[in-house]
Amino acid sequence: MFALSAGAAAAGLVAFAPGRAFATPEETEKALATLTGGTEPQTGKISLTAPEIAENGNTVPISVEVESPMTEGEYVESVTIFADGNPNPEVATFLFTPMSGSAVATTRIRLAKTQNVIAVAKLSDGSTYSDRKEVKVTIGGCGG
Amino acid sequence: MATPKPRVKVPKSASAGEVITIKTLISHEMESGQRKDKDGNPIPRQIINKFTCEFNGTKVFECEIEPAVSANPYFEFTAKVPESGTFKFTWVDDNGESYTDEQTIEVK
Repeated sequence: MFALSAGAAAAGLVAFAPGRAFATPEETEKALATLTGGTEPQTGKISLTAPEIAENGNTVPISVEVESPMTEGEYVESVTIFADGNPNPEVATFLFTPMSGSAVATTRIRLAKTQNVIAVAKLSDGSTYSDRKEVKVTIGGCGG
Repeated sequence: MATPKPRVKVPKSASAGEVITIKTLISHEMESGQRKDKDGNPIPRQIINKFTCEFNGTKVFECEIEPAVSANPYFEFTAKVPESGTFKFTWVDDNGESYTDEQTIEVK
């Protein structure tokens, strides 16, 4: 493992130190509940796109899209991304406005190992929607 | 570390009210704070923690960023273009610095 992690470090790609405790799905649920105020997010409206298998956990492309007219009266306020097997479950929060035109965003994230990626959308009327995808990671973003 | 260099792709023109796609990238190591140097000391976290996009002074899109976002953070999102104007992009670093870029767009 040391040789592998040194190699990855040399490539400037290692994201997480080996041997570090990871977040648990329970911690992620807790973070998620804080966001939604304890209510269970509904399914539908939001779709999360992530690869089924990621060869390199250091850059995993993910996209989210939420159906919404994006008007002053009805729009998507935010989408938060969680990864339940990383050292910290929070990944990023996208904040939209009616000026965004649509609630669509793409980024690249680090995944330490095979785990669930969860996206939770918060709408201007207070309702929440979520979607999740399991991503199998062959070389984790932890260099080991 | 070299000074982070932002790169932004915005269409040159659009029709009024059109929703355009914007792509942004900034060169940054995004040191996660989870790594250790060869003596076993933790390397302090230094990431871009926030990204914002404004159009003529109005907020369009914002992202709060954690260390789980990859090095050289990349964002792709959309914006509605009601009139000709300027998009302003800001990246905020953990060290207090911020990096900006601007792009103009013309409504035909």
